[in-house]
Formats: sequence, C-alpha cells, structure tokens
Amino acid sequence: MTGAPLVVLDHVDKWFGDLHVLQDINLTVDRGEVVVVIGPSGSGKSTLCRAINRLEVIQQGSITLDGQPLPAEGKELANLRAEVGMVFQSFNLFAHKTILENVTLGPIKVRGIKKEAAETRARELLDRVGVGHQAAKYPAQLSGGQQQRVAIARALAMEPKVMLFDEPTSALDPEMISEVLEVMVDLAKRGMTMVVVTHEMGFARTAADRVVFMADGAIVEENTPDEFFTNPQSDRAKDFLGKILKH
Amino acid sequence: MNAVLDNLDAYFKAFGYTIFLFLVAGVLSTLLGTVLVAMRVGPVAVLRGAAATYVTVVRNTPLVIMFAFFSFAAPIFGIQFKWLQVHVGTFDFTAFFGAAVVSLTLYTSAFVCEGLRAGVNAVPLGQVEAARAIGLPFGGVMSQVVLPQAFRAALPPLASVQIALIKNTSVAAVFGVAEATAQMRTFTNSFSSERFGIFVCFAIGYIVIVEAFSFLATRTERHWRVAL
Ligand SMILES: Nc1ncnc2c1ncn2[C@@H]1O[C@H](COP(=O)(O)OP(=O)(O)O)[C@@H](O)[C@H]1O
Ligand SMILES: [Mg+2]
Repeated sequence: MTGAPLVVLDHVDKWFGDLHVLQDINLTVDRGEVVVVIGPSGSGKSTLCRAINRLEVIQQGSITLDGQPLPAEGKELANLRAEVGMVFQSFNLFAHKTILENVTLGPIKVRGIKKEAAETRARELLDRVGVGHQAAKYPAQLSGGQQQRVAIARALAMEPKVMLFDEPTSALDPEMISEVLEVMVDLAKRGMTMVVVTHEMGFARTAADRVVFMADGAIVEENTPDEFFTNPQSDRAKDFLGKILKH
Repeated sequence: MNAVLDNLDAYFKAFGYTIFLFLVAGVLSTLLGTVLVAMRVGPVAVLRGAAATYVTVVRNTPLVIMFAFFSFAAPIFGIQFKWLQVHVGTFDFTAFFGAAVVSLTLYTSAFVCEGLRAGVNAVPLGQVEAARAIGLPFGGVMSQVVLPQAFRAALPPLASVQIALIKNTSVAAVFGVAEATAQMRTFTNSFSSERFGIFVCFAIGYIVIVEAFSFLATRTERHWRVAL
C-alpha cells in the first residue's frame, strides 16, 4: 500500500555543459512506495538520484520533498539531506571512523542525540543488517557486502523519510549481492519509501511497486515490474532488456 | 666541550626556550593553518581569496623579515607584546618571546595550510558526499570527515613543516630570545678556542629534538594507518 506523494520531480532539466542529462523529468514517488530506476549506463540514473538530495543542482523545474521545495544551500539544505538517506555504489563509509562511529556520527552531530542513546540505536541497526559483531572495526577491515550493509544502517540511523540507492550492489562480488538485497527487501517490507537504481531484476520483481526506465536523460517508460519485464513497450526498453537478459 | 659541560644548566635552559618556542608556535600554527585551509576550500569566495593571499604573501616573505616586522616595525603601529610577562620557574617569557612566537606562528601556518590542502585534495569526493548526505553542514563535513582524513594523509609533509619550525626557532636568537642559538653564540664568544666542540654540542641538541619529534610523528602515522 502506498500513500500521498513524498518526492515530486516536476519538469526537471539538468545540463552538464552541453550534455542534457535530465530531460523534462516528471516523477512522483508516494509514501511507502519502492521505485526501481533502470536503464543503460550514462542515461542519467545517478544524476536523477543525486538531484533528489541536491548533490546535483538542477537548472529547471522543481523537486519537492513532503511538499517542501529543496532548499538551495546552508543549514536548510543540510537539514533536508538529513531527511533523505543515500546509499552509494562505492559505500563511502568514513574511513577513519569505526563501524559504530559511522552510524552514530549523523545522529550525534546532526540530530543532537546523546552518545549513549545513539550507540544503542546504532547497535540495533547494525544487528538488523547483520554486522553487529563488527562494530569496533574500521571499514577497510570489512568485506564489500558488510560495508554496504553498514552504509544502509548509517542512512537508517537518521530515520529518513526516503532512501536513495545508487547501484548499491554493482561494486560487489556476486556472492555478496544477495546479503545486501535481503536487507533492502526487508526495508521495503517495513514500508520505507525507496528510490533504487539497480539492474537486479530479482529485487525489482520482489520489492518494487514500479519500474522507471530511463534512456538518454529521459524517462521512456514506467510500469509495474511484471509488466515492464515481460512486456516492455518501447524499443529502447526491449533492446536494453534483451542485452541484460542474455547473460 | 668543557665550555658546555661546565655550564650544562645554561645549555639546557637555552634548549628549554627552543622547545617552548617550538611547542607554542607549533600548536598555534597548526590551529591557524587549519582555519586557513578551511577558508581556502570553503564556500565563501572572499575567505578563499583572503586565505590564498595570506599564504602567498607569507610564504614569499623571509622569516627574518617577519621577525624584524614584529620586533621593530609592529610596535610603531601599536602592536607590541609588552603585556607579556609570564615567569615559569627560571624561564621568563617577555615581549621578545611574544614577538618570536607570533612571527613563527604566522610564518609556519602558511606551510601548514598548504600541506593540509594537499591532504584535503587526497580525501576522496565520496567521503565528502557521504558526509553531506547524512546532513552535516560545511563545518561538520570539514571537522568530522575531511580534516581528520587530511591530517592523516598529510602527516609526513606536516611533520616536515614542524621540523622546519624547530630549526627556524634559531632565528629568534637575533631578536632577543635566549634560546639555544643565542646561548651558543654566548659560549663561542666566551670560549673562542672551543668553538668546534660548542657547535657540535648544539647541533646534537637540535638533532635530539628533531629525532624525538620524528619518532612521535612516525608512531602516530603507524597508529593511523590501521584505519586507512
Ligand atoms: N559531474 C559530471 N560532469 C559532467 N558530466 C557528467 C557528470 N556526471 C555525469 N556526467 C555525465 O552525465 C551522463 C549521465 O550520467 P549518470 O547520471 O552517472 O548516468 P548513469 O548513472 O545512468 O550511468 C553521462 O553521460 C555522464 O558522463
Ligand atoms: Mg550511475
């Protein structure tokens, strides 16, 4: 079940120099909805994802979160980002901090939560993603799959309204992909609003409410996962699915 | 040698001033250098420009001129350190010491800033984005994520900057501070036949201080390497 609109992109355009990376993007993500974004490399999926927490600045159109336009800068922008969890392809755990510190940093420094309370909560989250026993280690001492699960816990610790995932399993060895996807499926089941850039069709079929197919900076097609994978409408989507299904 | 061995208290006291100069200017230059680098990589254009100009001017000014400025010229404009009258045991920290600390701090901070800036540039962009993504504002991104990693990455060049500072304290000899080099001159004037031995003794003093500092820097570097 999904609810009222949470993230709304309205006629969004963005250029990198001459390159029109986002072309008139209209996308509404409802509360509790899981949207999978799929498409060829270079089609603008990452840029779309990053625009939602303003790691990329758009030039036209508007993006609102819970009815509020994204603030341009400063404290307000930082506050907005605290409401939007982000999981990167390359994990980006803070290399000089322990696993526990990675998860408590935001709650303590941004939310002003007491250290003890933040640590209790962080341990719960680390247990939930299955890396509770690694709390005292440093990121470099963990496998990729473990690091990515910590990254998810770090984002969840902020109690975000929406979670963005930019190819969270693309940098992982095959045997570690499922442990991360399991955590994401669990998150989806708990009702988290999610925007997930991924080519993992299993995840899309299990957890997604909707698949958005992008090509050349535009949304070409949107559908339920079943419809999209079994009966793609556009030639671009057919072509793309043909390529990823072959191997 | 006997000149020094018979006056060991004077020898050690002089190196005491050297160490005080180094510690105070070392800490202050690191703090100032950190502020400067935050300005240089920050979002405010005016501050970026001010920090860049400061670094260019200070790096291109000989240290002796900095000293001369704060010892002779600055007092004319009312910048003086007469208020400084601190006595710790047999050590007296007065206006000369104050001018020396300020000169050494300002001078060294420019090099700290540049060393740290290289360290900042070595921090992967993904670390900054992750810090922003959890809602840290610029100050939090710098203090919690970028600067701690920049210090680790830049530790070897920053240690070199501080080692240069240890040796640069000797310039204070010319400006009224009774530190090691000033004491060395007192010895060579009084015991001119023992010049060679006196030079060796003072060289050893500097070497011991530099080596002790290098040892600490290397240990810190090894300790930090665990995480990175
Ligand atoms: N910072 C940038 N500067 C210039 N061009 C960029 C930048 N980031 C991405 N691009 C370009 O924008 C296009 C879309 O990139 P991206 O959003 O990363 O695509 P995807 O995630 O779908 O592979 C690509 O052609 C890419 O080369
Ligand atoms: Mg991408």
